[in-house]
Amino acid sequence: MSKIIVVTSGKGGVGKTTTSASFASGLAMRGHSAVVIDFDVGLRNLDLIMGCERRVVYDFVNVINGEATLRQALIKDKRLDNLSILPASQTRDKEALSKEGVGKVLDELRESFDYIVCDSPAGIERGALMALYYADEALVVTNPEVSSVRDSDRILGILGAKSKRAEEGAEPIREHLLVTRYSPQRVDQGEMLGVEDIRELLGIPLLGVVPESEAVLQASNAGVPVIHDSDSSSGQAYADAVARFLGEEVPMRFLEPEKKGFLKRIFGT
Amino acid sequence: MPAKAPPSRDLFDTAQQGEMPPAAELRGTVLPLPLLRVHEHDLAAVRRALESAVSGSSFFSHAPVVLDLSPLEEKMVPDFAALTALLRECRLIPVGVKEPPEAWREGILEAGLAIVEGGHEASPRTPSQTPPPAPSAPVPTPTLVVEQPVRSGQQIYARGGDLILLAAVNAGAEVIADGNIHVYAPLRGRALAGVQGNTSARIFVQTLEAELVAVAGVFRVFDEPGSNPCAGRSACIALRGEQLVIDELGRD
Ligand SMILES: Nc1ncnc2c1ncn2[C@@H]1O[C@H](COP(=O)(O)OP(=O)(O)O)[C@@H](O)[C@H]1O
Ligand SMILES: [Mg+2]
Repeated sequence: MSKIIVVTSGKGGVGKTTTSASFASGLAMRGHSAVVIDFDVGLRNLDLIMGCERRVVYDFVNVINGEATLRQALIKDKRLDNLSILPASQTRDKEALSKEGVGKVLDELRESFDYIVCDSPAGIERGALMALYYADEALVVTNPEVSSVRDSDRILGILGAKSKRAEEGAEPIREHLLVTRYSPQRVDQGEMLGVEDIRELLGIPLLGVVPESEAVLQASNAGVPVIHDSDSSSGQAYADAVARFLGEEVPMRFLEPEKKGFLKRIFGT
Repeated sequence: MPAKAPPSRDLFDTAQQGEMPPAAELRGTVLPLPLLRVHEHDLAAVRRALESAVSGSSFFSHAPVVLDLSPLEEKMVPDFAALTALLRECRLIPVGVKEPPEAWREGILEAGLAIVEGGHEASPRTPSQTPPPAPSAPVPTPTLVVEQPVRSGQQIYARGGDLILLAAVNAGAEVIADGNIHVYAPLRGRALAGVQGNTSARIFVQTLEAELVAVAGVFRVFDEPGSNPCAGRSACIALRGEQLVIDELGRD
């Protein structure tokens, strides 16, 4: 039975698209078939992060409107042949994402993919509501700052009230906390919330902590999801999170400030 | 899943008119009006406190309020026109000032505000006003029990009874009851008990980290560190006279 995963947060710029790209890639690297959908109609950038922007011909809205088939619109990933991308449209307005239309496309995708990763736009408007409506699981992407935690809390309220599962009184969406852009130094200096505080405030299980890292920017400039950069801390953190999602026990890493100096040279980490 | 009552929007509606009313008619009513206690002459400070109290809350939006200026120094006559304008900007509708000093009266009336005397809220009714209830089986008051966290942007209203919360009320959330409110978890948002004017309603909290608490319209905003005497501890919040009192639970 395939699963629909929404990557959501309420707030913009926290790392949803970065996470969607790496998480979908990570699932594919583990041998599952996966598709990642950009719900950010008008501001699409998942295709840039995935490095397939030149190959976008048809998009999600074309499929909803019956102007193209799914086969025509899906783009195969360059690196992983069990991964596909369904890009958002650059021009259409958000009203194009109708509940029925989105539902039909997702049903069709369920037939061929194990995991359907929905990259939500920021905010709590139509695009964000449609991205989460059909979800079975939610990755709630949160940065270690009060405003981001507040917005995640709001989204959790919406997951619990406005999703299909909530409306039908079915088993609730499984919620996972993913703290990104984490900087242990700044937490130590009291400039940012610690991961334990965030978990406690939101009251949902922690799936992973992705440290703030240069590698993310380099990866998105290169159009290669950062999970492929297995030397980087953020790439490793995403691989850990995918493993945990698939049920493996992996200890949390990157929670302490990096040790500089001779220890680092000796141990090489 | 717990039932979520729709928020009340008709709290301050006036009484129903009789049939064929004259063009205008004065009627005596006892309407629950929130009392806004102002602690500072500094209007900028008042604005900050109000903005954090009212913003994000639909509950106080355009609510009529009676001003209690008793904490202010009598010698410094407040600028009532400026205060009125500020309250309106904060989406409150000031209707009068409660028991002002003699010297302020002129300024109050000039600003278009009423002078409100007495008003010891919800005084017990005399038997002649309320017939004794017919002997019948006691009607249990409904209690709304919520097991999930109440999250930012959510509002829960227990109409006609108590509200029990078994998980956190997060910052930006609002829990409201006509009766008492019990929070067996951290209260980080707002809690308003006795909103129909029940002055004996109370709020019981396991961990008080609230933004605002109110009983029968008398509210307290905790917008600055140190403004909450029971921060991070258990608390019972009740009205003593017209004062909102916050005591640690299990202490006298
Ligand atoms: N772990 C990280 N370390 C450093 N920068 C990051 C990290 N995660 C995201 N970013 C950067 O933050 C910005 C917003 O990321 P993005 O994934 O587009 O967020 P969203 O989709 O939530 O708006 C981008 O510039 C991205 O490179
Ligand atoms: Mg994005």
